[in-house]
Amino acid sequence: MSISTTSTSDRAGNPAAGDILATARGQVLERGEGLTREQVLQVLQLPDESLDDLLALAHDVRMRWCGPEVEVEGIISLKTGGCPEDCHFCSQSGLFASPVRAAWLDVPMLVEAAKQTAKTGATEFCIVAAVRGPDERLMNQVAAGVAAIKDAVDINVACSLGMLSEDQVTRLAEMGVHRYNHNLETARSYFTNVVTTHTWEERWETLRLVREAGMEVCCGGIVGMGESLEQRAEFAAQLAELTPDEVPLNFLNPRPGTPFGDLEQMSGPDALRTVAAFRLAMPRTVLRFAGGREITLGDLGARQGLLGGINAVIVGNYLTTLGRPAESDIDLLGELQMPIKALNETL
Amino acid sequence: MQEPAADGAAQFCDQCGEPAATAGHERCAVRRSLEPPRFCPQCARRMVVQVDPFGWQARCSRHGETHS
Repeated sequence: MSISTTSTSDRAGNPAAGDILATARGQVLERGEGLTREQVLQVLQLPDESLDDLLALAHDVRMRWCGPEVEVEGIISLKTGGCPEDCHFCSQSGLFASPVRAAWLDVPMLVEAAKQTAKTGATEFCIVAAVRGPDERLMNQVAAGVAAIKDAVDINVACSLGMLSEDQVTRLAEMGVHRYNHNLETARSYFTNVVTTHTWEERWETLRLVREAGMEVCCGGIVGMGESLEQRAEFAAQLAELTPDEVPLNFLNPRPGTPFGDLEQMSGPDALRTVAAFRLAMPRTVLRFAGGREITLGDLGARQGLLGGINAVIVGNYLTTLGRPAESDIDLLGELQMPIKALNETL
Repeated sequence: MQEPAADGAAQFCDQCGEPAATAGHERCAVRRSLEPPRFCPQCARRMVVQVDPFGWQARCSRHGETHS
């Protein structure tokens, strides 16, 4: 499809590529105002022929409003498996016949992982637990772990421990946890197709408490879980309304034994369109490549994403699956002349 | 799949836990590059697996620990 700024729709009735790209250029690139839900949908409906132009625009937006630095993070599972919740994408739910067994990490191993992460140049280390919310045992383990990491390693510590009470939020802030991850996962209208053991609103409430306590808000989700393009656009708009400091963008990696285990993987072009659309919805946020990019986009995808709106990566392995070697991503950043964000430049 | 043990006894697929000699492990082979082992290749017990940013450790209650 050729780009034209005068045409108004294609044969399917979708807005022409030139229209929405021209609009985004003025609204997002020049003025820094994110696309609306309806505009994000138009981006998600762009044909593959427009993908290169879209990614180039998303990259320009990222460079204009975020700069060339890339934030690098490592993540680790402190408590794996046995979760009482039924998030249909997750191999760590105790409600599904997943091969993942429960495991706890001790503090020395946590510190060692933080040290190895810091050696890559990463400025972020996120401690994750598969729980509905932390109990006292987990809070104590996190407190001990955060203190030990801060004694041994110069790195920002983030946490992802599920839904929090006000008291728990306060305690995490007092420990020096600078950012808290709690994903909304998907659009509000699709959430009950993904999780039935708690609500989208409960998640939103934890995010509100986190922000009130002065911690940075990290909130994203997973695309490719069967949601429609309209719902994907709705999700981008709902995230934009939250104004998170960071948005981790995952692509469904269908896990054996889970309700979503037989879903098809998202296509590469769809994944890249989503990256660009989320960047155009949130021009100033840290937009992080997270899980599933290896199987959805392959090695080439890391480059395309970093040149299409992404400005943060998780290096190395994920919580229960393996990622690209950290050196591959670090080398790629060097090749693309994208400096790793330094510790004193974090938000 | 992990390398067979010294006694050559990798009898089970470390991804699905089914006998390694049977057919149908194509998806397991693809998955293996981005997955740690989940089942003990010697006895098919589900292992306790800890993934960290740069490796993994897997422990079978009968056959002990392996790591990346």
